[in-house]
This record gives sequence, C-alpha cells and structure tokens, in this order.
Amino acid sequence: MPELVITVARFGFLVLLWIFVFTVVGVIRRDLFAGARSGRLVAAPRAVGASTGQATAKPAKVKRGRAAHQLVVTAGQLAGTRITLGEAQITIGRAEDSTLVITDDYASARHARLVPRDGQWFVEDLGSTNGTYLDRAKVTGPTPVPLGVPIRIGRTSLELRP
Amino acid sequence: MTAAATPATSPATADERSGVRLARSRRNAELSLLLLAMAMVAAYGAMVEANVLDTITPTFWVPAAAITGVFLGIHLVIRFLAPFADPVLLPAVALLNGLGVGFLHRLDLAKAAPEDRADLATFAGTGGRQLAWTLVSVILAGGLLALMRDHRSISRYAYTLGLAGIILVMLPAVLPASISEINGAKLWVRIGSFSIQPGEFAKLALLVFFAYYLVRKREVLSLASHRFLGIDFPRGRDLGPVLVVWVISLLVLVFEKDLGTSLLYFGMFVATVYIATERVSWLLIGLVLFFGGAYLAYVLGRSVGGPFANFYLRADIWLDPFAKPYDEGYQLVQGLLALGSGGLFGAGPGAGQPLLLPEVQNDFIFAGIGEEIGLFGLSALLVIYLLIVERGLRAALAVRDSFGKLLAGGLAFTLALQVFVIVGGISKLIPLTGQTTPFLSAGGSSLMANWLLIAVLLRVSDAGRRPVTGTGGKVNRPAGGPPEQLHGAPTEVIKP
Repeated sequence: MPELVITVARFGFLVLLWIFVFTVVGVIRRDLFAGARSGRLVAAPRAVGASTGQATAKPAKVKRGRAAHQLVVTAGQLAGTRITLGEAQITIGRAEDSTLVITDDYASARHARLVPRDGQWFVEDLGSTNGTYLDRAKVTGPTPVPLGVPIRIGRTSLELRP
Repeated sequence: MTAAATPATSPATADERSGVRLARSRRNAELSLLLLAMAMVAAYGAMVEANVLDTITPTFWVPAAAITGVFLGIHLVIRFLAPFADPVLLPAVALLNGLGVGFLHRLDLAKAAPEDRADLATFAGTGGRQLAWTLVSVILAGGLLALMRDHRSISRYAYTLGLAGIILVMLPAVLPASISEINGAKLWVRIGSFSIQPGEFAKLALLVFFAYYLVRKREVLSLASHRFLGIDFPRGRDLGPVLVVWVISLLVLVFEKDLGTSLLYFGMFVATVYIATERVSWLLIGLVLFFGGAYLAYVLGRSVGGPFANFYLRADIWLDPFAKPYDEGYQLVQGLLALGSGGLFGAGPGAGQPLLLPEVQNDFIFAGIGEEIGLFGLSALLVIYLLIVERGLRAALAVRDSFGKLLAGGLAFTLALQVFVIVGGISKLIPLTGQTTPFLSAGGSSLMANWLLIAVLLRVSDAGRRPVTGTGGKVNRPAGGPPEQLHGAPTEVIKP
C-alpha cells in the first residue's frame, strides 16, 4: 500500500468520525426545532381563523409571560386552599398519595393531573369517571391551562393564579 | 374570572400538535445514520487490513456486512415495535459496537503469525466471538422491546428485580475466589471456559427497583427537610435507604475488591435520588459519603491490609504509576504510553502496537484504540457516548410518567458513569478499576447488559415522543394501559 494512500485514509477516517458526530447532532437539532414548532402551535392562536376578540386576547395573555405560580381551589370543600407551583406535576384525586387530595364524592381516586411543560401548565384527565372540565369543555387530552380559567372536578373548582 | 373562549380552541391546538408530531417518527434518519456508521466500520476494517497485511483482501467487508445485517434487523424491529423511539441511539451505539468488533478483529490479525494472517477466518478469534455476542445481545434487545410494550409494565416486577439484583451483586463475593476472581477483582462467575459478570445485569435490575422505590418515596425524601446553609438537608431517619446502599457498595468494594463497581452502584443510587427529589443535598451527602468511604478504605488498606489491601495497591499505583513501571504499574504505564504515542491524530487504524498493552481487549481497549486514532478520534468516540447519554436524559425529560423519567435518567447516568470510571481509570484521573468500556470491550455480559439498557431507553423514548392524543390506531397508547389507572377505580356514577 502506498504511504500516501494510508496517510490520506488515516486522516480521512478521523474526518469521517467527526462527520458522523455532526450528522447526529444535526438530526438532534432538527428534532429540537420540530419540537419548538409544535410548542409554538400550542401557545399561539390560529390567528387567521380566530374571529372573536377574546380568542386573540387570551393567548396573548399567556404569551406575555405571566407564569402561573399558584393553584387555588375556588369552590368545593377545600375552597381557599393554595398550592405553590414548582417544577413537579400535581396530581389531583381522592387517593391519599395525590398532591391535592380532594374529598369530593364526584372525584375519582386518581382523577386528573397538572403537568408543567416549558412554563405552560397542562391539565390531563387520568381516566376519571365523571371527567375533568376546563371551563365548560371536557378535557380529553393534555390541554394547556390559561391563568384564571377554572378546572372543574366534581364540585371542586381550581384555578391557576400568577 | 376570565373564563372565555380559550377552552374551545385548546383541544384543536392539542390535536394539531399531535398532527405535527405524527410525521416525526424519524426512522429514515435512523436508517441513514446507521448506514453511515456501518460504512465507517467497513472503512475501518479496510484500513486495518491495509496497515497490518499491507494489502486489502477481497473479503475485508465481510465482518462489516455481517454486523450491518444484525443492526438492520434491530432497526426493523424498532420500526415496528417502537416507531417513535429516538433516531440517534441505535446508530451511535452501532458505531461503537462495530468499531469494537473491528478493533478486536484487528487484535486477532496482530496475534496471528504473519503467514496465517491473510487467511484468518472472519468469524474466528476474539473478533468473531464478539460478533456472535453482538448478535445475541441485539436479539435480546429486540426481545425486550417485543416483551416490554410499555416500560411501566416492568415496575410490576420491581421488588423481584431488586432482590435479583442484590443476589447478582453478591454472588461473586460469596463464591470462592477460584470461581470468581480474575486479576484481583472478584466480579466473575466462571463455569468452565465461560465466564459471566453478573454485576453488569445487576445494575439494570437494581435501577428498576430504585426507580420504583423512589417514585413511591420521593415525597418523603424531598418534602421533609430542614434548611442549613441554604441547602435543604433531609431528616436523619430518611437517610436510611441511602446509608443501606452505601454500606452495600462498601461491602462490594471490600469483598469484590473493585472500586469501579462500587462507585457505579452508589453513584447510580445517588443520581436517581437526586433526579427524584431535585435536592442538591443528596449529591453532597453522596459525594461526602463516597469519598469518605474510599479514603477510609485507603487508610485501612495501608495500616490493616487484609480485604482493603487491593484497593490500597490500586490507589498507590494511581498516585505514582511510574514508581514501579515494570511490575504493579505496568498496565497503567503502558496505557499512558499508548495514548501518548497516539498523539493528536494517532498512528492510523492497524498501525499501533496494541499487543504491548495488557488486557487490551477488555479494560484497556480505549487506550488501544486511542493509540491508533489519536486524541481527535478518541474525543469523537467520547462525544458519541455523550450523545447517547444526552438522548437518554432527553427521553427521561420527554416521557410523562415519573417511573419512566427515573428509569431513563438513571440508566443514562449509569452509562455515563461507567464510561467515566473506565476512561478516567486508563487516563489516570481516578484509580484504575476493571470496568468494561460499554459496547467496545470484548465480553458477552457487558455487551448484553448494555444492549438491554439501550432497549429500555428506546422503549422509554418511544413512549416520550409518541403523540399524546392520536386519532389513528397506530399512534394509540400501547395495549395494557398504564398501571396507575388500574386502581383508579370509579367511585360514583352520576346520571343526570
């Protein structure tokens, strides 16, 4: 084997190794941006279709960056209870290991949970019997919770406050 | 109250988000990365032959083709069983594994007499055996993906796995040294010519148990605390579990004479506790306990000897390997010389002298490879490990249940810690201990255990990246349902 070929191959292999590394990083990067786009879709309204003034005003409020810091029980037996929100998810239900144990006859043992993602809180129903409602709409999948909109679980009503 | 029209738009945006995610299974990216990695393995094989044999034989591509076939198989399995799994994990691991096989084949070539080299069978020697182990490991990983359709299902066996893990850890310690001791470390179970390292599997089993236990106990560990110097310290009685694991890992250190394994188990536990509670105090407590224990073992080894003597010896070599370069320090010194002579760009694949290194196929494979691909190549390999770990942690962030988070986070950390322990050992950052280099070293146990680890990470990342609310049958949650809903039994049925 000629010396030159071997030398070229030797450095070529190292270059190839780093090309692989950067290709992998590129794939990860595209993944991140795809995630960011879908994240924006959650936060931003579909402005073209939105006709009412409320619909455009509401997400703007979320966007203004007033993060939720408290979960307040506004109605039900626990009315007045406040939970300071951190990074951890909040589980709500009658089960004793829930973050918020509600003694509501219409609540299931593991009723719903609130999960933070990128500064936005999502409410998710955990297969409860009577369902979870965000304002008047039934929660079917993880749904972003704006500030001040009541989450209704049985007779209990909860709100996120800044 | 500012209740308004928002809830009406929310479900639509959620659906739209899942619609965006629907297209992002990224399996084709995985396939092309995998093919790129395999092309590099083939190129490596060709260069080894060019350097060792001075010619490239017409069959140089056979090992690379064989291993490509194996990985394409697991790629297809992922395509069907975990379609949303991370696209980077498999190609990165495949590259490391392929280069490991290539390097072991290169060692076989160097060991064979010059006249036999050209017709050395592809599937003979250490390289061939490693290829066979790769096949077995990948089949095991595929089997795990097929059996475990939802990572939460293994939490049902958490206590069984915890017990099995402890038995596996303790097995080499209680067996007589003739069966379990190789090179001063009692980590093995030898049956005839065949030896397995039960500790490799124990770390997986223990981690499942840790994750399950901490999901149960994390409230107590993170909430009950008192503040001191701005850091929340846990109550004394909550220190129990961490102290138990600390004692176990010290016992491992004493009876199995292996610092690396002991550090691995303890670090694994402390990291999972930290992930579960987000309390820095656990890291501090862990570091203080471990370094205190290691220092104690060092002092005891110097003054008392006995079970601590091995650790004292290793620490002593680490402090000054060049004091006895021809006896105790020989291995480490040769490793450092190999890395040094590799320099920035290395001697080129196949052009080094790896046979001068003792245990080059196991512990010192990183030094052996380093001599040939140099600092630039080694840092590329380390970045690949880093990317694997990063994807593991990413999977932990993305998955929605606490058990999955702890499991993936802990597994990724364990992999990182293992790479740190062995690479730190050969580069004289920490005392050298006989850990295997994940995916590179020769040896079935390590390869199987690490591929199972990757299978779990793939499964968790699949769960994390899977669209939240899908409409098509393909994107529905895996069958079986989440366990936490099983006892979320209906409490009352309201009929309006």
